[in-house]
Amino acid sequence: MMSPHVILRVVAKVLIPLIIVYGFYVHFHGEYSPGGGFQAGVVLASAIILYALIFGLDEARKVFPPYWARVGMALGGFIYASVGFVSLIMGGKFLEYTVFHPDVAHGTGQHIGIIAVEVGVLTTVTCVMIAIFYAFAGRTPEISDEDW
Amino acid sequence: MSASDITQYFDYIFMAMLLCIGIAVIRLRNLFAVVMLTGAYSLISAAWFVSLDAVDVGFTEAAVGAGISTVLLLGAMLLTSREADKTSLGRHAAAAVVTIAAGAGLFYALGDMPVYGDAASPANTGVGMEYVDLTAEQIVIPNVVTAVLASYRGFDTMGEVFVVFAAGLGVALLIGLGGSKREED
Repeated sequence: MMSPHVILRVVAKVLIPLIIVYGFYVHFHGEYSPGGGFQAGVVLASAIILYALIFGLDEARKVFPPYWARVGMALGGFIYASVGFVSLIMGGKFLEYTVFHPDVAHGTGQHIGIIAVEVGVLTTVTCVMIAIFYAFAGRTPEISDEDW
Repeated sequence: MSASDITQYFDYIFMAMLLCIGIAVIRLRNLFAVVMLTGAYSLISAAWFVSLDAVDVGFTEAAVGAGISTVLLLGAMLLTSREADKTSLGRHAAAAVVTIAAGAGLFYALGDMPVYGDAASPANTGVGMEYVDLTAEQIVIPNVVTAVLASYRGFDTMGEVFVVFAAGLGVALLIGLGGSKREED
């Protein structure tokens, strides 16, 4: 069902790409400014949720299928744990990032490790938030404006 | 009066606003208004955290508390009713007893709390200071919070990720993931 609110639709179409770009900024800039995988995941999820609120749940399910959310929930934890196991295989301790790169003075290995685990955090948080939203919204009957 | 002395009045103002919203949430029967006020509560908390220099926490509170939680609470409200039922006086009395007992306990414990901003408090003298000192040389990134979260305490954060996963799994087990349009039919 298409929402009748033209202004909301137009504003959302402008805002959603900006929200997504901001989410990735928060993620990859987390080492230099406040933010990181958790916050970025929520920001990215809010972009999809805003899309679902304006354009309807069925349209949102075409953009981000619930199947992705289900797989992503587990995949994020898997990515995080994998970083730990890779560091084990490369001769370090579990989640010891310094083994990823010989340049210890500049912390390059640490940077690689932090970005990699944050990708795992981002995937899980985004997908869990979207999955929970789908779970609630999928059970709610379509409501008209008068019901509010 | 220095600048740090002035910012504490922001804290008092924010706490007073939080108290007002808390009372309003208790008094209101319209659940839509309650959900919106809860979102406002989170937003003011976020502003308060920023005033306390806990920018990362404030950011999270604004995104999760004021953003996602409000939407999820609205969705949950639509599944129940729009108005709260009247509660009996007996349940009010029982809640009052629990609240007063817990509040009295907290006030009693207040004497053991370190003074606000105390440099000798356990949080500022233990391993926390070590992280602040060593991040620049070991992790070489400016944001100490990220360094602690993702590197020093990376194992804890992995647990957090699994907790978030478990939360999603719990919702999925309770009410389904809503994948197909009528999954439960």
